[in-house]
Amino acid sequence: MRARVITVTSGKGGVGKTTLTANLGVALAMQGQRVVAIDADVGLRNLDMMLGLENRIVYDLVDVIEGRCRLRQALVRDKRLSELFLLPAAQTRDKSAVRPDDMVRVCESLREQHDFILIDSPAGIEQGFRYALAPADEILIVTNPEVAAVRDADRVIGLIEAEEQGPARLIINRIEPDMVRRGEMLSIADVVELLSIDLIGIVPEDKAILVATNRGQPLAFSSDSSLAGQVFHNVARRLRGEDVPFMPLREPGMLERLFRFMRSEGN
Amino acid sequence: MGFFKHLMDRRREPSSGEVAKKRLRLVLAHDRTSVSPALLNTLKDEIITVISRHVAIDVEDVQVTFSQSAHESRLVADIPLLTGRRRRNK
Repeated sequence: MRARVITVTSGKGGVGKTTLTANLGVALAMQGQRVVAIDADVGLRNLDMMLGLENRIVYDLVDVIEGRCRLRQALVRDKRLSELFLLPAAQTRDKSAVRPDDMVRVCESLREQHDFILIDSPAGIEQGFRYALAPADEILIVTNPEVAAVRDADRVIGLIEAEEQGPARLIINRIEPDMVRRGEMLSIADVVELLSIDLIGIVPEDKAILVATNRGQPLAFSSDSSLAGQVFHNVARRLRGEDVPFMPLREPGMLERLFRFMRSEGN
Repeated sequence: MGFFKHLMDRRREPSSGEVAKKRLRLVLAHDRTSVSPALLNTLKDEIITVISRHVAIDVEDVQVTFSQSAHESRLVADIPLLTGRRRRNK
């Protein structure tokens, strides 16, 4: 088995790349896949915190590249899922410490013993983005239904096409169905039409995600109790080639809508 | 009240979601092709110069715009000619 290398990127920062990478890693590992999640954000690492593994880091990506340790020594094994590993970024270095062919080499040596290598790309379109993209077989573009995020996503899609890499698929994060219904947010259809690439995931805005981040316990662990957690598992299954229909985002039923209407008329 | 409000709403302002989509459509078209509004103006001026060398055109109403669908972008130049009658009226 040779792993597929999937880079998660977005252009704009703060749209949910790291959260998505952590949750996809967990979901894939829960589905029996052997996963390595690589934090490529050298200097600003956070994937370790999302996964709750920040206290177990000994070596990092730059140590591997510069030969201070073997690759195996830098991998942090998740305590809950024995087939999920983190390759952390260095925190005290910057992105000039990594070149695209370094990433290609690291991924090549990981391919044989894993099924998925997820790379959490830094924001931006500079060096960090370039080296995160270099080894990718596939790309996930994360965006929010918001003008700046969509514009940056389009720019990144253009750069990926220019490099003749891909395929790139789209994840729309933090959608608020109520706002879309009121016409106050770009809809899924709007974003897909503007960016014209394939959609692989829709993640609703969910406060439970922040709570999960606080604890270092990604929502994908509790997929039974949360909609967003379930969504990550669906994206993981689609990545593995399953045809999973998109879940309807929670919409208020007829009665609820009627009550709301009456309440608003009363005011 | 609600019913009348709905009738009035037909001439309502576009929702912020619609505005966002419209603005994005334009800005993405420009980003993708590096055709800036400034370049459009330059093109327009030069087109006017070249064409009016050969035929009489209505300079005020010339429009050079940029349009985009899913897979193609095009420059559209709309250049009204001055017909005999319009010329007399001016």
